[in-house]
Amino acid sequence: METIERNREALKGGEFLIRESEASDIFTPEEFSEEQRMMADSSRTFVDREVHPHADRMDALEEGFMESLLDKAGELGMLGVSVPEEYGGLGMNFNTSMLLADVIGAGGSFCTAFGAQTGIGTLPILYYGTEEQKQKYLPKLATGEYKASYCLTEPDAGSDANSGKTKAVLSADGKTYHITGQKMWITNAGFADIFIVFARIEDDKNLTAFIVEKGFGNITMNEEEKKMGIKGSSTRQVFFNETPVPVENMLAGRGEGFKIAVNILNIGRLKLGAGVIGGCKYVISQAAQYANERKQFGQSIGNFGAIKYKLAQMSARTYAIESACYRAGEDVDNKVKDLKAKGMEDAEAKLKGIEQFAIEAAILKVHGSEVLDYVVDEGVQIYGGMGFSADAPMERAYRDARISRIYEGTNEINRMLLVGMLLRRSIKGELDIFEHAKAVGEELMGVPSFETPDDSEFFAKEKAVLKNMKKAVLMTLGKAALTFKENINDEQEILMAIADMIIETYVAESTILRTEKLVGVRGEEACRGQIEMSRLYLNYAVEILATKGREAISSFATSDEMRVMLMGLKRFTKIDPINMRDTRREIANITLAKSEYAFDI
Amino acid sequence: MKILVCISHVPDTTSKIKFSDNALDTNGMSFVIGPYDDYALARAVELKESHKATVTAINVGKSDTEPTIRKALAIGADDAIRVDAEPIDAFFVATQIAEIAKSENYDLILMGREASDYNGGQVHGMVAEMLDMQAIVPCMTLDIDGNTATMTREIEGGKEIITCDLPFVAGCQEPIAEWKIPNMRGIMMARKKPLKVVEAVQPEVLIETKSYELPPARSNCKMFTSDDMASLVRALKEEAKVI
Repeated sequence: METIERNREALKGGEFLIRESEASDIFTPEEFSEEQRMMADSSRTFVDREVHPHADRMDALEEGFMESLLDKAGELGMLGVSVPEEYGGLGMNFNTSMLLADVIGAGGSFCTAFGAQTGIGTLPILYYGTEEQKQKYLPKLATGEYKASYCLTEPDAGSDANSGKTKAVLSADGKTYHITGQKMWITNAGFADIFIVFARIEDDKNLTAFIVEKGFGNITMNEEEKKMGIKGSSTRQVFFNETPVPVENMLAGRGEGFKIAVNILNIGRLKLGAGVIGGCKYVISQAAQYANERKQFGQSIGNFGAIKYKLAQMSARTYAIESACYRAGEDVDNKVKDLKAKGMEDAEAKLKGIEQFAIEAAILKVHGSEVLDYVVDEGVQIYGGMGFSADAPMERAYRDARISRIYEGTNEINRMLLVGMLLRRSIKGELDIFEHAKAVGEELMGVPSFETPDDSEFFAKEKAVLKNMKKAVLMTLGKAALTFKENINDEQEILMAIADMIIETYVAESTILRTEKLVGVRGEEACRGQIEMSRLYLNYAVEILATKGREAISSFATSDEMRVMLMGLKRFTKIDPINMRDTRREIANITLAKSEYAFDI
Repeated sequence: MKILVCISHVPDTTSKIKFSDNALDTNGMSFVIGPYDDYALARAVELKESHKATVTAINVGKSDTEPTIRKALAIGADDAIRVDAEPIDAFFVATQIAEIAKSENYDLILMGREASDYNGGQVHGMVAEMLDMQAIVPCMTLDIDGNTATMTREIEGGKEIITCDLPFVAGCQEPIAEWKIPNMRGIMMARKKPLKVVEAVQPEVLIETKSYELPPARSNCKMFTSDDMASLVRALKEEAKVI
């Protein structure tokens, strides 16, 4: 136990690439306590009872409806889960807030309103606020008495958020800032009482953040945006017209705003990863039920291999992102605990803990949103013609999912970011990527190892594959970094391909380790489905590594290098074939027998 | 005012029922508070607020029922009692509840009109008899003024409004109250609330279960066109063998 604890403390963001993790190192969602499960159950009941039956009213933006949902969620304590007890919240750990995000993720537009309230609306004050600011705002945000929104994006400052033009000008008496500017895509804007606003003071390099109350005045709004999905979420442009903001409402220091924005986005990304899980499970359950009920050619369409294929892929990919999410969530919690034990103050420890796992945050955001997109797309397809009808649940799920690849930093930005962060940490000496990459290079020049994994050990072969996947990543990343040096940021295509390799490695490893841990508790027989899903996912991930690796390597390596590297890639992406058809059929049959997503925690 | 709410621990109503070794196969099954008991609990928690009542939840079951009991605590019961025994049958369960209630002077003993596992609907009547109280079933609304309760019962073709002095036993159903979702703080408080485990008394076992079987699978619906009476008659005679 002591060793495990020590390992956990030592864990750093991105370190998974250069060290072997054990099943005992990771947290699995099956380990959630009775209390955490009960919180999840309550939130699920809330979504089933208060959100799903009223989805049409919500999406029609019925006056007051979303506020009333937030009020009810506030009464149930759902809005204050991350807020410490001294400010009227529950002070639960980060992974509990991930679990709630997961369950509420099934709630379509409500999920976005909830995320804006509890995440980007509340957390900047929690993490960066002064004691007075926390006392004043947090208790009311935790109950829902205050609704919050976050104003960062501008018409000309989207992905390049720090280029915003909104100005904050200090009054002659030094007591008030006057904020002027235009913000867009502002979630919850229509009913928000509190706006976290980012503006530039004079010609500062970086933005500054302010807590702006609606009552300060001089705030106007455009009509509700007409959107493809999450139609029930209030989204407006917000105009600040010399809005007077007392100097004591500045968040953190002058010029600290961009740092706040980046850190809060990290949290948003982790939560978005978790937030897709509930949506995926909802869609899979609906699709499984439909596949059982819909009869064509004299039988349920679920009997057909083509439909089983989809249900199996949907389940396996959902199981995979779930495995990765709670692994990362626990790593954040452990880091926070570690930093607090070393004397760091609560809010700062939480921020540093999350910042440490910014690479994983980007991984979860990209992967989660793409799994959701896949699941809703196949959900529509299983429904056939009915999938295209607005009377069936798939149409809304399909539209609502699409935003996830865009907000909290587009998937393209996140892909490049995560590789960039890995390289930066390596250059700073925080992660030993280059040393490990060098070792892989040397291994490539030597005689290949004919060592065979010990078959008596559960998942020994799969773990050997994972080890090789890491080598494939290190080889490609290391060589690309050496080739392009400081100009690597200009090679977006290569960065994105490498990002995919990293993402799949993390997710596949999390999946295999989760199942290994689960089998240790429940035995192999009870985990047939999970074992099959893990093997299926690993095969899928290895394929992606091979494809993306080839794409990256062929884009930059010289001919001799290319030959060696492609041979290496082939060696490192070798995997014994499994009977894909039977594997998928087994997963689908378990799902169809339950008529719902069958691998819930 | 002291309220005792009897909570059954039943399979989630969406569970697929299976049997193995002549017993319910609980593998992979999740359990909930009996839906009718959940209504009784919800009304008790409302009365707690409006009448300064205390609410005790009671369950007859082994330790695996404790998560369900803690859910009742999270919803708002002040404390709970678990009678440590398998709930063999209605008489056994009623005996345990009456045994506890004898010494505690509850003003109200509420439960669902029936549990959703065996749907016996007998415990309330038995408990009332054992304690020499009235039993009102089904109790669809419940208001209390002083020592008198006013209730609504559904009867053939209408509703009956009745009054009854405390104490009494009621078997509740909707619309007595709306199910309550445990709130987050309630969930955190639940583990700090007392959950007392008591030994069961051993009444004579009156019922022995011989075996379980699932109802026969429903056969498919066969459609006949209105001008094909001959086929219909033939099918009724030869296939269904009902005429």
